[in-house]
Amino acid sequence: MSNRIVVGAHYGMRDWLGQRVTAVLMALYAVLLVLVLFIKKPVDYLAWHGVFSPVWMKIATLVFLACLMYHAWVGMRDIWMDYVKPTGVRLVLQVGTLVYLVACGLWALKIFV
Amino acid sequence: MASTTSKAPPKVRPKHLNLFQISQPLPAVMSIMHRMSGAALFLFLPVLLWLLDRSLDTEVGYDLVKGIFSLVIVKVVMAGLLWGFMHHFCAGIRYLFLDLHMGVALAPARKSALAVYLVSIPMTLVAIWLLLA
Repeated sequence: MSNRIVVGAHYGMRDWLGQRVTAVLMALYAVLLVLVLFIKKPVDYLAWHGVFSPVWMKIATLVFLACLMYHAWVGMRDIWMDYVKPTGVRLVLQVGTLVYLVACGLWALKIFV
Repeated sequence: MASTTSKAPPKVRPKHLNLFQISQPLPAVMSIMHRMSGAALFLFLPVLLWLLDRSLDTEVGYDLVKGIFSLVIVKVVMAGLLWGFMHHFCAGIRYLFLDLHMGVALAPARKSALAVYLVSIPMTLVAIWLLLA
């Protein structure tokens, strides 16, 4: 009998590593954004819009947001696994988290495409 | 004589620690704040996306967001989220070094936990001053 449960961890280091890789990419984006804001100093709508209008900035922002969704999924799943023990409740929370994050990701896609 | 040791009463150990009674070391406080700040940022994600969407969409939306940011309650919540982000950012960098087996001994781990606060709190104050003041 296997003691593995359907809402358990994936018993590997893929998500663990993925969370760290996405963390580093997001940290780099944060530094990039701060630099861009310092250079452009957007004080009105046109300048603010101009911060995110270059294609490279749109791509960097979308990569950041994709990293954020995956990173938040691993982190929130860790929280559910630590504090919520009943399998059914945990499954509902995990599916809810996924739907929430995918919806946020699609919304972000709508903003920057 | 071996039987006497096996018959010794089991040591009474607290199985459920009362978090309000035990004194948490700084790395533990930093760690739970890393988790709480992550969860808070997760919960506010749609709010932040909505503000970003409105502000980039049209000039009317930009002015609307500007108006929202002039409210004191919004400034307070945003200041809290900025602190959450800065704490999560700095504590996360600390964890990356621990993952590389750097600073894992007790003394440096406590020093780096303190450093997380010494860096993230001034960063938060500067961000509040630049973005919300």
